[in-house]
Amino acid sequence: MTTILKHRLFWPSLILVVMLGVNAFTSQQFVTIQDGHLFGTLIDILRGSAPLILVALGMTLVIATGGIDLSVGSVMAISGAVACLLISDLGNQNSIGSVLLIIGVAILVSLALGLWNGALVAIVGIQPIIATLILMVAGRGVAQLITDGQIINVRSDPYSTLASGFFLTMPVAFLIAAGAVALTVLLTRKTALGLLLESVGGSPTASRLAGIGARRITVMVYVVLGGFAGLAGLIASADIKSADSISAGNLIELDAILAVVIGGTALIGGRFSIIGTVLGAIIIQTLRVTVVAVGIPPEANLLFKSVVVVALCLSQSPDFRAKVFGRFKSRPAVEKVGVPA
Amino acid sequence: MRRTLSVAVLGGLLAVSALAGCSKDGGTEGGGGDDGKIVLGFSQVGAESGWRTANTESIKASAKAAGIELQFSDAQGKQENQIADIRGFITQKVDVIAFSPVVTSGWDAVLKDAKDAGIPVILTDRAVDSTDTSLYESFIGSDFKVEGQKAGEWLAKEYAGKTGDVNIVELQGTTGSAPAIDRQTGFADAIKSNPNLKIVKTQTGDFKRADGKTVMETFLQSVPKIDVLYAHNDDMGLGAIEAIKAAGKKPGTDIKIITVDAVKDGMTALAAGEINYIVECSPLLGDQLMETVKAVKAGKPVEKRILTKEGTFTQEEAKAALPTRKY
Repeated sequence: MTTILKHRLFWPSLILVVMLGVNAFTSQQFVTIQDGHLFGTLIDILRGSAPLILVALGMTLVIATGGIDLSVGSVMAISGAVACLLISDLGNQNSIGSVLLIIGVAILVSLALGLWNGALVAIVGIQPIIATLILMVAGRGVAQLITDGQIINVRSDPYSTLASGFFLTMPVAFLIAAGAVALTVLLTRKTALGLLLESVGGSPTASRLAGIGARRITVMVYVVLGGFAGLAGLIASADIKSADSISAGNLIELDAILAVVIGGTALIGGRFSIIGTVLGAIIIQTLRVTVVAVGIPPEANLLFKSVVVVALCLSQSPDFRAKVFGRFKSRPAVEKVGVPA
Repeated sequence: MRRTLSVAVLGGLLAVSALAGCSKDGGTEGGGGDDGKIVLGFSQVGAESGWRTANTESIKASAKAAGIELQFSDAQGKQENQIADIRGFITQKVDVIAFSPVVTSGWDAVLKDAKDAGIPVILTDRAVDSTDTSLYESFIGSDFKVEGQKAGEWLAKEYAGKTGDVNIVELQGTTGSAPAIDRQTGFADAIKSNPNLKIVKTQTGDFKRADGKTVMETFLQSVPKIDVLYAHNDDMGLGAIEAIKAAGKKPGTDIKIITVDAVKDGMTALAAGEINYIVECSPLLGDQLMETVKAVKAGKPVEKRILTKEGTFTQEEAKAALPTRKY
């Protein structure tokens, strides 16, 4: 029992379960089958969290190397804008081949943007927060240039399948995110890649002296994050069947960083937890849905969210827990637990 | 060394801007020296919806037609950007400043600066809550409260004489913005007389499609029976339609939908029977704005409150109006 209590993901998991419980109570259909696929609040949450899972997943890898990427929202906006612009020019918007090709183009553009960030950080040697700030600001401008400041509508069924479709009763968007998570876990935990990432995050110089291509690994994580952000941008724009270059991915970098932190990855780099990040992303999406389901007045939305996030972060601090709960126990107040989150 | 360098650069910049200021002053005071064009600085809220982009296009086109030089800036939905834009216009010494405020409060300081600089200010589309009305010349735009009332009156008529509760959910605009506040109170006032009409849930969708969709998904799950959706703009309504379809319900039939704005995408959905009623909020105020700008510049008195001309649309009216719709 105490080992479960001490697991660093115990408290976030508990908060998620409590919130899901509230939703199960307030919603008509929590999980059910309708039109041959799963349906209900839980499915809405999983589907809606897909873009954030993708972005936070890539962000975890970047943070593991001691970096950070603020430009993910802008990359999402550019990728959605490129895709919607090209699709709206198609003669037949329902042609699966052309849509797939366009999705490929949008992801290539996003990978290139990731390469730009990676090159600035690893080759030019600019601090990550500054290097990616450039694309964060300029990228949204680029997205607006692509769409000419307008909202571009598309009427393409294959494209909207990306967000609203179902495959094997599960939402396509969630399957894409789950696939990306599975692939990343496989590559980082079943090969030496994860170890290399952690060593670069721990000390780039020591890693280089030990014969690890630290520079190459750093560029690679930014490219991967660019690709994931691009994919997230496609899902977000397919969800509303239009490219909205102003609001697409706006402030998602903060949610992604929050998801990474909730998951227990240290912002200074080194140690990382992919499952923790996924948990964090789902918690954030559940919180959004809960605010509406419980009927928190719009004016109090942000306050409610911050209270939950503060409670979440405090619950992960062993020192805080010991100070608050320790009074009720006969044991010594402060107890050293593994690694502080 | 570095310090002296930056001081030198700063000094240089100041000198250049002072020179620019001088030449500009000379131009306007001299009269005939320049081409006599009126310079209008306009700060737009952003491009958050189809309505807003139509509004932007109308202002740009009317300025061109009226021979007014337009300095256009986009605040991207943030008040701090808009205040910076307006301060920029004051520094540039434009002839007239017009802007569509992102939120209602917090404008006194920057408006006083404009007044002190002798630059007249015209508000478009959204009002400010400044108690000192001498801070601006005129407010051109719709009466959002009337729009909310029109929406409510249609609903009250639709359910007149029928018994049984009608569950209404409301998608509000950006929290704290004038259209969100007024469309909410106007609607509530109009349905007050009929106790069967009940607003069961209200939440902000920030005037955006994506938010309209996610909030409606949750409404559909947390309210046992939704009869009516009232969305403060077309875009949130369009997002909500996607959520309603995904839930296996028929928008316009299973759930009656009322929206405000009447942009092209909204009108298309209305004509297709997915929306039931749209209260128009015309973005085409460019011509009225340019007339007012010219009058203000010529020193003529202008009305403190100018209403834009607008109507309402049912599904049949939308079908008739759609082919000639400009936005």
